[in-house]
Amino acid sequence: MTLPQLFFGYFAAVMIVLSLLVVTRTNPVHSVLWMLVLFFHIAGIYLFLNAEFLAAVQLILYAGAILVLFLFVIMMLNLREELTAKRSIGGWQIGVALGLSILSLMLLAINKFVQGPSGQYSIEAIRSVTHTKAIGGVLYTEYLFPFEVASLILLIAIVGAIVLAKKSKQQ
Amino acid sequence: MVPLNWYIGLSAVMFIIGVVGFLVRRNIIIMLMSIELMLNSVNISLVAFSHYLQDLRGQVLVFFIITVAAAEAAIGLAILVSMFRNKPEVHMDQITEMKG
Repeated sequence: MTLPQLFFGYFAAVMIVLSLLVVTRTNPVHSVLWMLVLFFHIAGIYLFLNAEFLAAVQLILYAGAILVLFLFVIMMLNLREELTAKRSIGGWQIGVALGLSILSLMLLAINKFVQGPSGQYSIEAIRSVTHTKAIGGVLYTEYLFPFEVASLILLIAIVGAIVLAKKSKQQ
Repeated sequence: MVPLNWYIGLSAVMFIIGVVGFLVRRNIIIMLMSIELMLNSVNISLVAFSHYLQDLRGQVLVFFIITVAAAEAAIGLAILVSMFRNKPEVHMDQITEMKG
């Protein structure tokens, strides 16, 4: 086992344990905190794959904005009954069995993977101009229209969230 | 060198944990977090492919997926808040008004 494989083994094992912890905790605040640690490890994997800008974006957006939003809503709902309520629905064994069967199918399919042709953005080419500049070059030239559509999606999210969660006058 | 199969395997395992968490848990906040877990597993797979096929388009797609996941988390939580105002219940199997 070489050193990169050992690093990846640590990240993979810890990420699987953390995801299991996220979906099985009774207290939702504990779930959110385990998810925060998971996002740090995902950012570490992105750094491992030479994607520094995506690691920074992952930390800023996911850990810094989305999880804070989750924590606000959990603390606003303020449920004490959650600590003693039943965690799973009645037929949870079927769900777990379904998940395990799909996982075995996926793992069988992974072994048959054949790699396609390589693109032109090799690691050295990305490292010479920094990764941020390389992604910016692709994002603003070839993917300009999806970028503008993404800004419209964010506008819809802002307007929709306010419209849905606003208290009406008679409440 | 880490083989590409390991990254895809990790992504598959995390995705299935997210799917099982979504199907099995009663609390809606944990269900929304399982959706974020599924989206993150797909992000890992895309960045791994982008690294191994030496193409940047996978990472651009990850950028858009993170954007859409943020928008969807915000709207999902707004729906939860407005539903909670009607009936103070966060357990998905107790919300049965539209049944039958």
